Amino acid sequence: MESISTRIFLALWTILVIAFLFGPILLIAVYAFNVSNVQSWPIAGLTLKWFPKTWANQEVRTALWLSIRAGLLATTIAVVLGTFAAFAVNRARWRGREALSFAVVLPIALPGIITGMALNSFFVFWHIPLSYWTIVIGHATFCIVIVYNNVLARLRRVPGSLAEASMDLGAGAWMTFQRVTFPAISTALIAGALLAFALSFDEVIVTTFTAGAQNTLPLWIFGAIRLGQELPEVNVIVLAVLVVTAVPVFLAYRVTQDR
Amino acid sequence: MSAAMDNSAVGPRPGNRLSALFWRRPGLSLAGLVLPPVLWMVLIYIAALAVLFVAAFWSVDDFTGEIVRKWTLANFQEIVTSPTYRRIAFRTIGMAALVTLTDAVLAFPVAYFMARVAGPRLRLALITAVVLPLWSSYLARVYAWRLILSHDGALNWGLKALGLPPADIGYTNVAMWIVFSYIWLPFMIMPVYAALERIPRNYFEASQDLGARGGRTFLKVVLPLAMPGLVAGSIFSFSLTLGDYITPVLVGGPGSDFIGNVVYSNVGVANNIPFAAAYATVPLVLMAGYLWLARRIGAFDVM
Repeated sequence: MESISTRIFLALWTILVIAFLFGPILLIAVYAFNVSNVQSWPIAGLTLKWFPKTWANQEVRTALWLSIRAGLLATTIAVVLGTFAAFAVNRARWRGREALSFAVVLPIALPGIITGMALNSFFVFWHIPLSYWTIVIGHATFCIVIVYNNVLARLRRVPGSLAEASMDLGAGAWMTFQRVTFPAISTALIAGALLAFALSFDEVIVTTFTAGAQNTLPLWIFGAIRLGQELPEVNVIVLAVLVVTAVPVFLAYRVTQDR
Repeated sequence: MSAAMDNSAVGPRPGNRLSALFWRRPGLSLAGLVLPPVLWMVLIYIAALAVLFVAAFWSVDDFTGEIVRKWTLANFQEIVTSPTYRRIAFRTIGMAALVTLTDAVLAFPVAYFMARVAGPRLRLALITAVVLPLWSSYLARVYAWRLILSHDGALNWGLKALGLPPADIGYTNVAMWIVFSYIWLPFMIMPVYAALERIPRNYFEASQDLGARGGRTFLKVVLPLAMPGLVAGSIFSFSLTLGDYITPVLVGGPGSDFIGNVVYSNVGVANNIPFAAAYATVPLVLMAGYLWLARRIGAFDVM
């Protein structure tokens, strides 16, 4: 057992690290209410005036809508392909199994510029113009692993004998899936989908290489911060994004913790 | 009656015959499961990596700006001989290593506290506290630091309140180091925690029974077993730093360019995709080696 002094040291260290993790996030939340459009600390005063102003910004709306559409389609593709891959890897030992699990992790294990650059040169090579669809392809590719990991972790905990028992009792493959396998993995699927959407909604690096002239919400934020323009709007969006992404992540952990 | 039960009973319905076929020939349904994800990964992602690799050996015509699909080593020659590109590559790799080390030091006590000291309720709360920032907006967090570290930001305000001179570290490599370490820290804590949590309690007791003191138990038992977790975490912190170009733009200074910045400007502004591809192979080769090593250590099991 650890000595008292070790435990105190560990506890203090943990408190400091958690404070370090949350300090900047809390601070940036306060800036959304900054009266001044100069972003200095302490803020000049509190106001809500930037919220309606941001909502009325047409560029922001267009970017938000593109992010949502791309995120939804990319998540759908990732859910299908990630679930298939998880079932295939869980099912049996087959040649190429290791290679598949490795390939699925690659898009997030490799540095972002590589995935972005590779997809960009791929589209250029085939003369595919950058569009909504190329954004979706990029996002789906790195979201597959999120669903895959969640579903595979669940499948490993569900004994295969359950499905066999169902078959022995006369249920067909489809019915077994519907009544036994799917309920067992459904929360993992939901969690995977929520996290995949959160990842897609926030991605910048790969997206800059696959979006062309269009702006997703993160691309708009990046451009605005870099140019130092419309910073009050950026503050509001950043707060909104923090709140909105916290919800799916929180839900994802809730649905998986229940089991 | 029998028709109503048909749904679940074994009968000569086509659906049942189909499922029976799948049951007898597992290879068939396996192929159905394997093909879609494999096709997607191979036809899009692996193919894209292949194009990237091949394009690195092409060049761009100086006059027309068109890509010349002829084999040349000119891009690599320029990367190796140009002092600027060499310096940028070393800066990127050095920063990635420094950030990884910083995160390992910051993360280990936290992961240890979560795995060995905290009770189940506190542990769950801490997991949530670590995971939430991990998934919260990357840009929001980098932007927060840009404001904190700027001249009239919260850092200098705090220092002034304490009667200390201002630390103008905004837009420098120090700022990049802080921000990268901050952003990727949760990616280090989680796998180290996963590795530590797996160590059975009686290993600690056994080590003590055999006469090992705290420090020796730590070095001989805890650290080796935590290694896959540290390696898994380092994959993220190292790779994500290596592939970043947003943080150098937002919090770095004029001399803070990363490999990613050069790649990005060559795709966008300079329109020299072959050179960008060649430069991108530097982190690619580095990570390929790193991942191969990590696999051998067993880091993928705790990711």
